[in-house]
Amino acid sequence: MSRPTLFALQVLVAVVCIVLWQVLSTIPVFGKILLPPFFFSNPFDVFSQIVKWFASGVIWKHLGITLAESILAFVIGSLGGVLVGFWFARQPLVAAVFDPYVKMVNALPRVVLAPIFALWLGLGIWSKVALGVTLVFFIVFFNVYQGVKEVSRTVLDNGRMLGMSERQLMQHVYWPSALSWMFSSLHTSVGFAVVGAVVGEYLGSAAGLGYLIQQAEGVFDVAGVFAGMFVLSAFVILIDFGVTLVERRLLVWRPMASDGRG
Amino acid sequence: MTTPTAVALEDAKVAFRLGDGRVYTAVEKAHLAVAQGEFVAIVGPTGCGKSTLLNVAAGLLKPAAGSVRIFDRQLTGLNQDAGYLFQADALFPWKTALDNVAIGLEIKGTARAEALPRAQKWLTSVGLGAFASRYPHMLSGGQRKRVALAQVLIRDPKILLMDEPFGPLDAQTRQVMGNLLLDLWNADRKAVLFVTHDLEEAIALADRVVIMSAGPSSRIIGDWRVSLPRPRDIFEVRLDKEFHALHREIWSVLKDEVMKGYVQSTQAVEAV
Repeated sequence: MSRPTLFALQVLVAVVCIVLWQVLSTIPVFGKILLPPFFFSNPFDVFSQIVKWFASGVIWKHLGITLAESILAFVIGSLGGVLVGFWFARQPLVAAVFDPYVKMVNALPRVVLAPIFALWLGLGIWSKVALGVTLVFFIVFFNVYQGVKEVSRTVLDNGRMLGMSERQLMQHVYWPSALSWMFSSLHTSVGFAVVGAVVGEYLGSAAGLGYLIQQAEGVFDVAGVFAGMFVLSAFVILIDFGVTLVERRLLVWRPMASDGRG
Repeated sequence: MTTPTAVALEDAKVAFRLGDGRVYTAVEKAHLAVAQGEFVAIVGPTGCGKSTLLNVAAGLLKPAAGSVRIFDRQLTGLNQDAGYLFQADALFPWKTALDNVAIGLEIKGTARAEALPRAQKWLTSVGLGAFASRYPHMLSGGQRKRVALAQVLIRDPKILLMDEPFGPLDAQTRQVMGNLLLDLWNADRKAVLFVTHDLEEAIALADRVVIMSAGPSSRIIGDWRVSLPRPRDIFEVRLDKEFHALHREIWSVLKDEVMKGYVQSTQAVEAV
């Protein structure tokens, strides 16, 4: 299928959904409105709410905070994941000792940590960053660990036969392999950084997209909740697009870099 | 003056411990000497431990008994005088063809600015001058082998160890690669230990053909000198009368081992 046709069909899906939503929430069918405005609002109200946010400029502050939290969570979580992943992969004893604890913490739903982080770090951005870090860390950690462990035996032997020292093997073999695994999970880890930030804001904060949605919900402003969701979705799509660009640049050496392992 | 011995395996025995505690002897009392400038091919049925023997010469495996001497020095650790061409893909997938070749020099501390033009020269001499910026996955199997060859040769090793390097390639590409290898080898005549299961390839390339018996506990059971004139052309040499005579003679010995190896491998499957 050609690109314009595909794009047209994708737009068509959105148009059909929005039109249906507008019609069902404003025009009665057999004397009954199927989507009561109190619960479903309508596309027009949602759209005007979004326009109002952008026109007055309030949204920028919230977007900025959420973005900052996401970036910090991603950077700190990735750094930690890479370091610990490398360490565990190169020291099997350490990995074996910590294995049950890693599994335990990873199995824990991260949302339950939010109150603790809020207690420890306050209602500012750092409690949200901490929540994002706990999500990003494990994805990066597992991928780097796998990447170092699964270096091809032959490639490793080849490095050794070419005369590489342990340090050079690290630099030319282990490191690129681990990074490629990390980059292939970039979409997932960046996505989770945003999830951590927004969920943290939702559970207690004074700014950010999660806060905006939570505030609207608190006064039964359904249009506000939907508007917040749409802004959040657009925000995530933009970030994901950026990640795709970065990935294409970094993983040129790999066949079909687009669909990564997550 | 006699030519020095590049690789000497003296009663080398290789054994592995199996999962259930039993010991599997792959190679028994292998005695083999490769002189400097000599091209030796090892031929044997599948699973006879010929690659194992090569890994011992490379220092990747330690013999359970016996010794390995490289230029009359006992081998401990990896064989630093040897370049190793692997059967499987061994290029670094995250490096371009050029970087894959240059890395051989960079490891030794050669500056990148100096290593790159030399790598480009080597790529050209294996016929890939125009493919320098390609990553391994963008190259065909034969092209990847060429890059691997350049990667090994740029370090100018005194010994070349090759483990069925052209095994995964199609028949025509194998012959082209064989000729390329002979051309490059002719320039400075390194000692070569070449493992293959293809007797024709072995005779066409080598000065000596060594035959191994079927495993386990395989031994070297024959050693023939190939006196076909050099430089050779692999396409031409196969039409030679002497080639045919030698092939018939070696095959009469090898055939029994191939059948034995086949029977053993099928029985092993049934036992599981």
